Amino acid sequence: MKTIALSLLLCISMLTLSSFSPPAGYKVGDKARDFKLKNVDGKMVSLSDYKSAKGFIVIFTCNHCPFSKAYEDRIIALHNKYASQGFPVVAINPNDEKAEPEDSFEGMVKRAKEKKFPFAYLHDQTQAYARMYGAARTPHVFVLSRKDKEFTVEYIGAIDDNTDDESAVTKRYVEDAVDQLLGGKTVTTAFTKAIGCTIKWRKE
Amino acid sequence: MKSFLLLSCLSLCSLFAFGQKPSIVKFPYVESLLHSSNDTTYIINFWATWCKPCVKELPLFNELNKKYKGQKIKVILVSLDFLKDYETRLVPFLQNRNMEPEVVLLHEPDYNSWIDRVNPNWGGAIPATVIAKNNSQSFLEGETTLKEIENILLKP
Repeated sequence: MKTIALSLLLCISMLTLSSFSPPAGYKVGDKARDFKLKNVDGKMVSLSDYKSAKGFIVIFTCNHCPFSKAYEDRIIALHNKYASQGFPVVAINPNDEKAEPEDSFEGMVKRAKEKKFPFAYLHDQTQAYARMYGAARTPHVFVLSRKDKEFTVEYIGAIDDNTDDESAVTKRYVEDAVDQLLGGKTVTTAFTKAIGCTIKWRKE
Repeated sequence: MKSFLLLSCLSLCSLFAFGQKPSIVKFPYVESLLHSSNDTTYIINFWATWCKPCVKELPLFNELNKKYKGQKIKVILVSLDFLKDYETRLVPFLQNRNMEPEVVLLHEPDYNSWIDRVNPNWGGAIPATVIAKNNSQSFLEGETTLKEIENILLKP
């Protein structure tokens, strides 16, 4: 009787595991997984490497997309403003270089050098983290708070409300979210959407 | 006299051949197409000149426009090019392509205020296509095909 019950349990757990599909992406409040991805300087980078970080501004972005390009300077500014306060930017390129050669690792190294990116610009070559986080377009921001080894998703969405004209921006979503987190408050606008480029998923 | 008439005719023709410049619209224009109830099917494609997969599928919208002309089916190409690129990118792009469907430039930079009003499942990436008829919509995110759109058109 015991062996039957045990085998049944094993069967069920195997079935559920085999039909397990990757999560559809994080929602605000979810715990985010850390990663180990290659930076443009050749070194592997994880969130846990940042010993004194209170959180992170994770941005899925790339070289080719005009929306990403329009935000490059603002992304640099976000890092320059918040890294010293404990919220560094961590940029991740999720695109398949076969679909978009401009988004190759070599392209990333070149761009990071040209623009003097002060933040880590990581290559999600297998696209595992783009899928896990639920990156839907570039650029796409996930602000995380950190407590010891745990990372919680606090904001998902756009950087601000005007891609093309920075002088016309009225809502700075990421800045507001990080300011609120730094002040120990809840993020009031925790989810927004924007127009962006499709993620170039691998065709396998 | 004859040569003058011929010349004027030709100049007029060339004017029409270049087609009309796209109108610049705000979101209420697009919203009215999504929720119209005049028995017309609107095939609304969101694209931009710099978006490679968008440009790649433009011929299919030309084909749809030709194939279903006069059948209460209207194709509208909604460009999300930046307003500043209207004269320098969008107009020349269209002049080189002879796109038959109506093209508009949607100038509504506060994207978060209207993406969900197109479809709550839309993550914001382009291309995206909506097929709208009598206030009901089908939404296709990403690149589409003639077959995929026709399957929706042919649904009872």
